[in-house]
Amino acid sequence: MMYDFLVDLFGNSTLADIIAGTIQSILPLFVFILPFALFAVYLERKVSAHMQDRLGPMRTGWHGWKQTIADIIKLIQKEDIIATDNDKLLFNLAPIVVFVGSYAAFAAIPFSSYFIGTELDLGIFYIVAVTGLVVAGILMAGWASNNKYSLLGSMRSVAQIISYEIPTILVMLSLVMISGTMSLHTLSEQQTGYAWNWYIFGGPGMTLSKFLLIPSMFIGFLIIYISTLAEVNRTPFDIPEAESELVSGYHTEYSGMKFAMFFLAEYANMFAVSAIVVALFLGGYQSPIGYFGDLIGASWMIPIEQFTWFTIKGLFFVFVQMWLRWTLPRLRVDQLMTTSWKYLIPIAFVNLIIIGLITLL
Amino acid sequence: MKEYFGNIYTALATIFIGMKITFKHMFVPSVTIQYPEVKPQLPERERNRLYVNMDDCIGCDQCSRACPVSCIEIETTKSLPGEDLGKTSNGKKKALWVTNFTIDFAKCCYCQLCVFPCPTECIYMTDVYEFAEWERNKLVYDFATLTPEERQEKRDNLAKFNAEKEAEKLKAASEPKPEIKKDQPEEK
Ligand code: SF4
Ligand code: SF4
Repeated sequence: MMYDFLVDLFGNSTLADIIAGTIQSILPLFVFILPFALFAVYLERKVSAHMQDRLGPMRTGWHGWKQTIADIIKLIQKEDIIATDNDKLLFNLAPIVVFVGSYAAFAAIPFSSYFIGTELDLGIFYIVAVTGLVVAGILMAGWASNNKYSLLGSMRSVAQIISYEIPTILVMLSLVMISGTMSLHTLSEQQTGYAWNWYIFGGPGMTLSKFLLIPSMFIGFLIIYISTLAEVNRTPFDIPEAESELVSGYHTEYSGMKFAMFFLAEYANMFAVSAIVVALFLGGYQSPIGYFGDLIGASWMIPIEQFTWFTIKGLFFVFVQMWLRWTLPRLRVDQLMTTSWKYLIPIAFVNLIIIGLITLL
Repeated sequence: MKEYFGNIYTALATIFIGMKITFKHMFVPSVTIQYPEVKPQLPERERNRLYVNMDDCIGCDQCSRACPVSCIEIETTKSLPGEDLGKTSNGKKKALWVTNFTIDFAKCCYCQLCVFPCPTECIYMTDVYEFAEWERNKLVYDFATLTPEERQEKRDNLAKFNAEKEAEKLKAASEPKPEIKKDQPEEK
């Protein structure tokens, strides 16, 4: 594991523990989240542009690849505006809470069999719990801004996240029933081998129940994808930010670095939910076609390959999120609630029961 | 119940149809024109910055009078009898020095009304549209080809000529009336 390696590197002592822990916890931010956010914003612009037959950023660097870097530099330089009527404490705390909430989820996400923040036995549970912080942060932001648009946006957001948490958890629960574990690392390890061992294809093994599970798994996959999409406030579930109605929702009043933190959290969240979907259904960091490192007997290559596979899968689902964003119009509030309470939750529940019965076989 | 599953089916099916369309559009060549590098093809009768071909301008002031915003300013100076100003390309004889011909493009509304009355077709629209300036008075274009000294010279020449004529007239007036002498033989 990464952590043990770092502890060894600094000599076994309490100090080494602290240093290793610090590095371990900061590493994903600089190695992964920041570059990912920069890349994802660029990707989003390019994808949206090309889907609308435009070109997107073209001026800064080759095909505008430096655009997001320029943007982040601009954001850092901007004035940090706090209006007189804002609730100062909550206003300043909100972006931090939102960011911490989405960043903490990365602790339990297995990037590869070696690079995993912490090997929690309760990985799934932890992620569900800790991303709950985001809701609190959003509500804080909306309330403290003292702005009707912000407040409306944050209330919508909270209602939406809470409604869609239920189908997400129901699907996660069905996976926990099949696999018998809540650790994302163990879940990924169970799906080793080839693509047909992934849980979307019924999981490992060649038993009858595997084939019976396939339809339920596809349904579960769709449900969790839709509901996680709603949890990160992406179109078609972007009513909390609805630019055309609410300026930009709960972060209307924010500027400069605080706005950047919301932004970063949003993109980090996009990857986090994609990563969870990937870890649950699509084999996590496992390669669908076997490892090149195994083939040539270089076992040190395997974690790198795993990391690559994980990133590719995660990015693919981030791409699908963008794809959906530029395809679908926004749902109305009542439609949003209908989708969750009348469709996703009952189906997820029936699915859960069916999966339970199959696992009893 | 039937409606319920119908809804699910429609939702999913239409989402996939939509996604297919947007995906196809990712590979459609984009319509964006990278403007300063690539310029769009302008329509045939576009109206942009005016140009005056001073070789052909006879200084008739028609364009200035046609202009609805009065942004063309022309000052002409009569040529002296002996001077030959040449001809325009369609054979009209030039008789006036154009000592000032400015068009203020800050005022111009690009209506092209000045173009049609010109008898020699020397004022016309070009395809230049990138002529923004930081200062408004830089948009006043001077088309007259004479140098400032020449202009002054022409004005002085005319003034001198007029003065001479005036002087001659005065002289003629002060002398005994020649007309009477002239008239008398005719009467006889
Ligand atoms: S285009 Fe119209 S506004 Fe401009 S100079 Fe000619 S007549 Fe005047
Ligand atoms: S109408 Fe033509 S010829 Fe007459 S003053 Fe204008 S530009 Fe010169």
